[in-house]
Amino acid sequence: MKKDNILDNNYLPFAARIEDIVIESEDGSLKTFKIVFEDEADWEKWRHEPGQFAMLSVAGKGEAPIGIASSPYERDGLLFTVNRAGVVTTALHEMAVGARLGVRGPLGNGFPVDGDLKGKNIVIIAGGFAFTTLRATLLYLLENRGDFGDITVIYGARTPGMLLYRNEFLDWEKRDDINLYVTIDREAEGWHGLVGFVPQIVSQVNPSPEGARALICGPPIMIKFTMPPLEKAGWQDNQVYLSLENRMKCGIGICGHCSSGPIYVCKDGPVFTRAFLNTIPQEY
Amino acid sequence: MNSMDTPKKLIQLSKEDLLSAINGLKDVSYTVSPNFNDNAPGPGDNIIKRFMFPQPEPLLFLEREGKDMVHRPYCVISKSSLNPDDDTSHHTISDTVAETIILGIRPCDARSLWLNRLACEEDNLFSRRVDGLIIFGLLCNKGLSTCFCEDVGGGHQDVRGMDVAMIDDGDGELRLWAVSKKGLYILNRLGIYEDDIIDGLMEGATDNSHEKVGDCSLLDELMSKDMLTLYNAPFWQDIKDSCLNCGACTFLCPTCYCFDIQDEAYGKVGRRIRYWDSCMFPLFTLHASGHNPRGEKIYRVRNRFMHKFKYFIERFSHISCVGCGRCIIHCPVNIDVREVIGLMRAVS
Amino acid sequence: MANISSFKVIGINKEIEDRLRERVRALFDKGVISYFIGYRGGTLPWLPRPFIAKRPNEADLLVWNSFLALNLANYAPQALREYLSGKDGDNGAKIGIVATGCWSRNIELLIKENQIDRDQFYIIGISSRGMLSRNALFSMFKDNGYPEEIIEYDHDIEFIFSDKSIKKVNRWELVRANCKSCAVPDPVIYDEMIGSLQGKRSISEPFNEIAFIEEMDADGRWQWFKTAFKDCIRCYACRNACPLCYCPTCFVDDSRPQWLGKSIEPEDTLMFHLLRAFHCAGRCTDCGSCEAVCPKGIPMRLLTKKLIKDANELFDNLDLGVYSPNDPDF
Repeated sequence: MKKDNILDNNYLPFAARIEDIVIESEDGSLKTFKIVFEDEADWEKWRHEPGQFAMLSVAGKGEAPIGIASSPYERDGLLFTVNRAGVVTTALHEMAVGARLGVRGPLGNGFPVDGDLKGKNIVIIAGGFAFTTLRATLLYLLENRGDFGDITVIYGARTPGMLLYRNEFLDWEKRDDINLYVTIDREAEGWHGLVGFVPQIVSQVNPSPEGARALICGPPIMIKFTMPPLEKAGWQDNQVYLSLENRMKCGIGICGHCSSGPIYVCKDGPVFTRAFLNTIPQEY
Repeated sequence: MNSMDTPKKLIQLSKEDLLSAINGLKDVSYTVSPNFNDNAPGPGDNIIKRFMFPQPEPLLFLEREGKDMVHRPYCVISKSSLNPDDDTSHHTISDTVAETIILGIRPCDARSLWLNRLACEEDNLFSRRVDGLIIFGLLCNKGLSTCFCEDVGGGHQDVRGMDVAMIDDGDGELRLWAVSKKGLYILNRLGIYEDDIIDGLMEGATDNSHEKVGDCSLLDELMSKDMLTLYNAPFWQDIKDSCLNCGACTFLCPTCYCFDIQDEAYGKVGRRIRYWDSCMFPLFTLHASGHNPRGEKIYRVRNRFMHKFKYFIERFSHISCVGCGRCIIHCPVNIDVREVIGLMRAVS
Repeated sequence: MANISSFKVIGINKEIEDRLRERVRALFDKGVISYFIGYRGGTLPWLPRPFIAKRPNEADLLVWNSFLALNLANYAPQALREYLSGKDGDNGAKIGIVATGCWSRNIELLIKENQIDRDQFYIIGISSRGMLSRNALFSMFKDNGYPEEIIEYDHDIEFIFSDKSIKKVNRWELVRANCKSCAVPDPVIYDEMIGSLQGKRSISEPFNEIAFIEEMDADGRWQWFKTAFKDCIRCYACRNACPLCYCPTCFVDDSRPQWLGKSIEPEDTLMFHLLRAFHCAGRCTDCGSCEAVCPKGIPMRLLTKKLIKDANELFDNLDLGVYSPNDPDF
């Protein structure tokens, strides 16, 4: 009779604990959790790429797939920015520093920072709280600044109070090796930056497709209206990377919830080129 | 095709002798399909699915430690063992792979095990569980009018997925042979291998058994179809009109493996379980935001067939259907998968 | 691979079927209806297929026989939502539907519960002679496989099997229990009738199906309940076939709060069936669709049957499960 290793279980998360919580948005709907492993040795097992996600597990409530906001170089804790939406994320929002939870991952693919993106001009376009894995990506690009060409970031939120990572954006603004465009939807008191929806700003910035790749994360409506100005500027679909979100359960490409045609967003994605997505049913 | 090269030695013995030999095995449990007893034509009750995908299946045990609940890799057996007043009842740790003989399932169901492995093998819990299954398959003498295994690349004599193949000619005697290493191993353990070999008696039958296995014409045809053309074909509209969007087809299907995961917690203890889910249900794809990528019924009906006859082929180069016909028999509104295949074939 | 099955109907039902086709075609031609909810022949002779006809020539696909398992009222809200809502109402085109006694009572109920609008439906009434039970058929012909051809006469039905053997059965032997105990086989609401009305049937023991459970003590009932429902796989065919179950989110699917567990352990399945039955209390027409579609042969209809009886007793024989157009409280 064969021995069964009960620890060899795809669904067993790393034991972890919340070390810090930052309330990101003025309405409290977005919080960034800094999470550390209970067992220091688990850090040795953990390697993620920018763009990947993990299942955050609240025992008794369930799991939710959350993009990893920290860069692979931040080794003192994992960052997850969580929007309060369902049962699990609501429970997470109610948890305090020190509370224990599980982290299962890293899952999915990431942006091909070591492949197709290398040596290219990178245009990051994000709306709302979808900036999370792009933060990880941006930090990776900056850490390996010499491997990439121009870096352009276009990021928008409804109001100044809904912008993520505000302190970091202030730091990035000071750098001369990032072209940064931060916008809000409508005029607001005390805001002196850009005003307008992300697609409008994309249209104004008019990034060149020459030797470039675009990484886009945001609500479907933003993505829909961002594509025409890019197409007008000559961007091809294989130059555009999108990160999808779908309902997920297993995270290893079996349970079926996140399927969109033949793909499992959790395993084959969440990052896809637009050229590829054009070839499959759009059920996301 | 693990079975094709295995040397075959035919054994003839009665059902009673086989059962009593199996009964005498220590550490091996067994389940008998009704087909084994009466050799009634058709797939019968889908007992293999309950072993491939038991439900609810505990994935984790949850336990309160201080003010937090934490995850444990222990197994709890049933909800009733989650007695909050009893701190010991749940500490049943299964540290062995249970060996179970599944006796008398049909080639279609045995093949489902083979196909599901393609999709689920990365799941350790699944792999370990099915590694412990020993399949004694019962070949079909005839099928039901709803059987169509041969159209999807299987056959009445298909032994893929089996460890031991059996033929029941209705004279009370079984003819059986090992088709996998596991089959050789278990026949040796049963102590019936050396003595009762009937050399050559069924050579004809076994050669014959390969004849119709693996007709790939439907597979090739579907593989060559353009995915989005199939997806956008107008006939889905009519199928959708009839469909109730219940999960009868998916839950009776031996190759429908989708599942959901949920936590159940009672006071100090709880468990994370998985249970069957169906792409027919609107909740299956519903986002927390309220957005639903398959919000309309037509998306869900289409997904089931597209998964089996296009998406699965794209991923694994096989049709995810064994032709057992259970969905045909039990669909309340006569959505007939054979007809849908025909409509998909006709798309150009 | 699968052809339309062979089903021949001779006699009363053939006359009804011919007339139905004729009338539906005429209604399409006159522009009275744009869609028609009915049954057509399917790939299995014992399982005609509900469908929505969209063109006049599809009227010729319509069938009428004793094997119509599902209550077509179930399709009315969906058809309305998908085909008529948002359309220009000026042309006045309606959805046609065929209705027996219980189907019509469910249509009436959907109207009263504001799920559909009477003006948007054109109802062709047909008095029911009782539909047959698929499960009874399967168990009767356990050794013969499935019939490949069926010929229905007025009182007898011939089943022809693959070996060309023929079994002749009196239809009453296969009529479903809910139909046998039905007092109101006539449609209660219709725009036109095909065939004649039967009038109210007098049923001496309308609730004798559940007598054996009522005779048990509490332990015995609990044992019966657990045993009878143990095979439930929660496919929700019963719920989805039920014209009463139109809630956009069923209580079993709610996650915030989550009312009951999702597993197939008795705690959850029994609760599902109990709660669903209570949701149908006073509304159930005993159409039998739930039981007819169950792939596991679970007798969930006995729960609603008992509730109909209880409601009768508690509310002074108001016959809540039987709609009366003259009921002032309805």
